[in-house]
Amino acid sequence: MKILTLTFLTCARKSCKPEPTSYPLHPTSAELEIIPVDFNPLFLRALLPRLDWPTLRILCEAFGLPGLQEEAPEEDALFLQPEEGGAMEDVEVQGEKGKEVVEDVEKKGEEETREASQLAKDLHHLLLETTMQEGKLVCGCCGHEYAVKEGIANFLLPAHLV
Amino acid sequence: MPDYLIRLAQAHETFRKPELESLAELLDIRLEFLEYSPDSPHCLVRLESLKDAEKLITRSILTDSICELWGQGSDYASLHADVKERTTHRWPDFLHASFRFSVFGYQGKRDTKSHSSIIDSFSYMGFLGPIRMKNADHEFIVFEEYGIREPEPKRIFLGRLVARGSRPVVSKYDLKKRSYISTTSMDAELALITANIAKASAGKLFYDPFMGTGGFPIACAHFGAMCIGSDIDGRTVRATPDRNPLTNFKQYGLMSYCLDNFVSDLTNSPLKCERWLDGIVCDPPYGVREGLKVLGSRTGLHKLVIFEDGTPAHLAPGFIAPKRPYSFDAMLDDILHFAACMLVDNGRLSMWMPTATDEDIALSIPQNEHLELLSSCIQTFNKWSRRLLTYRRLPGSVTGPVMPRPDKEYVNGSTADDLNNFRKMYFEGFRDKSSKG
Repeated sequence: MKILTLTFLTCARKSCKPEPTSYPLHPTSAELEIIPVDFNPLFLRALLPRLDWPTLRILCEAFGLPGLQEEAPEEDALFLQPEEGGAMEDVEVQGEKGKEVVEDVEKKGEEETREASQLAKDLHHLLLETTMQEGKLVCGCCGHEYAVKEGIANFLLPAHLV
Repeated sequence: MPDYLIRLAQAHETFRKPELESLAELLDIRLEFLEYSPDSPHCLVRLESLKDAEKLITRSILTDSICELWGQGSDYASLHADVKERTTHRWPDFLHASFRFSVFGYQGKRDTKSHSSIIDSFSYMGFLGPIRMKNADHEFIVFEEYGIREPEPKRIFLGRLVARGSRPVVSKYDLKKRSYISTTSMDAELALITANIAKASAGKLFYDPFMGTGGFPIACAHFGAMCIGSDIDGRTVRATPDRNPLTNFKQYGLMSYCLDNFVSDLTNSPLKCERWLDGIVCDPPYGVREGLKVLGSRTGLHKLVIFEDGTPAHLAPGFIAPKRPYSFDAMLDDILHFAACMLVDNGRLSMWMPTATDEDIALSIPQNEHLELLSSCIQTFNKWSRRLLTYRRLPGSVTGPVMPRPDKEYVNGSTADDLNNFRKMYFEGFRDKSSKG
């Protein structure tokens, strides 16, 4: 389970879904492994508006990983600004930005000419290369534990929880 | 807007137009069909530019090639007249470039000698450049289309080759060469077409809730989409250390596009119920070769099972969650409901569905108020067929975390036959209803 996937997972029980405590699932006795994959700035750009930043921060803390900035970065922070030549830590989030980005990706397709920033590389490493190989994912609402073995989680429920 | 001739594969005919239309939409290209027939591999379209033509076709699985149309006719006299009218002013541009001519017949062929005389008949264009059979600057192709057992072609086209489609990719993903497959793995060609129709592309996030051995995620990954796959059957997801879905991704060098695979049931999905998926592609279990099951107890008693020594059964190592047979219609509605909850605006759901060939299809296509049916492509077998249904998530109407699934009456019963009409008909051999008596 990559950390990105964990930001998309909640308890499989229908009765837990409406409860805020069922998301995210809490990793316990986790073994992490770094599995290198190709850097994909186009994907990061499209992902950013859908990424639950506060959840990602919670997961980082649970795994004991270095802390993230408080506010979600903007799309521009993923790329080097030509005139400044360095990563920019712009913390101001514009409400409308997310929608624009998705449309933009639809239109532009595979074109991305800007050079990626260090922030983008760090996010790539955290979201797509850091993998939970063993451990348990626990629902904060019902306490059910989902086992992760060899990187594959099992979300099947026993009959009394269906 | 110039005209182009697309030479299609004469296979999976009902998929050809939806594939091209989906690619045009994905690439933001204006595509207008001028002439199209399911019985012919030759299709005339209008596009805005040469670049569009190239972009459109490069990814197409059901296209052999696209040519700039230089002329068409019902015989050689009318073809030559049309070529002269359309292209005389362009001949000087090609005067000194290297070129080659070739002749292709559909439902008919000629010997090499007549090929040369056909090619020579275009000598009035007066090209002076060298003839190169390999890597020529320009390739001109004469397409002949014959009626069945007719000596002369009924339609002839001359085209200048612009680009070739992705048909060679099909053999790359051929199941025979794939390390890990199962009895119900989707044919590589149809999986790739499905990914095209669902508009899988770089930067997008795709999900297959019935991944099996991972055929659809691999097809989507081929086009650059990041993929998540899951299956209720943990054995197919984990498989063996040397043959599993990940070894397939590795085999094709697509590991970077595999986000995760896990074990889960669509009716009790662990995925966060928000609209974050760009596409869902799936081939749900038909209940014939593989069981159609969901989580739950067959007896309906959803009680906590406790061993004699007092420990709950589900905490024991190696516990296997009980599953029960499920109604096929309910499963299809569940998939649609799930797609409506999870897809972004205009995100696509491409789903396969089996039907008896004489069944009234209009009645059995599942509907959902948030999804618009875009295309229904059919692959026929002998007495049954299956369809690729593609839906678009209608924009707007944001759904809450638990949008209620519309209630509907499904057949009651607990055996697979009671719950799945298709399965029942399949094992009854699709007998005529009147003869059942």
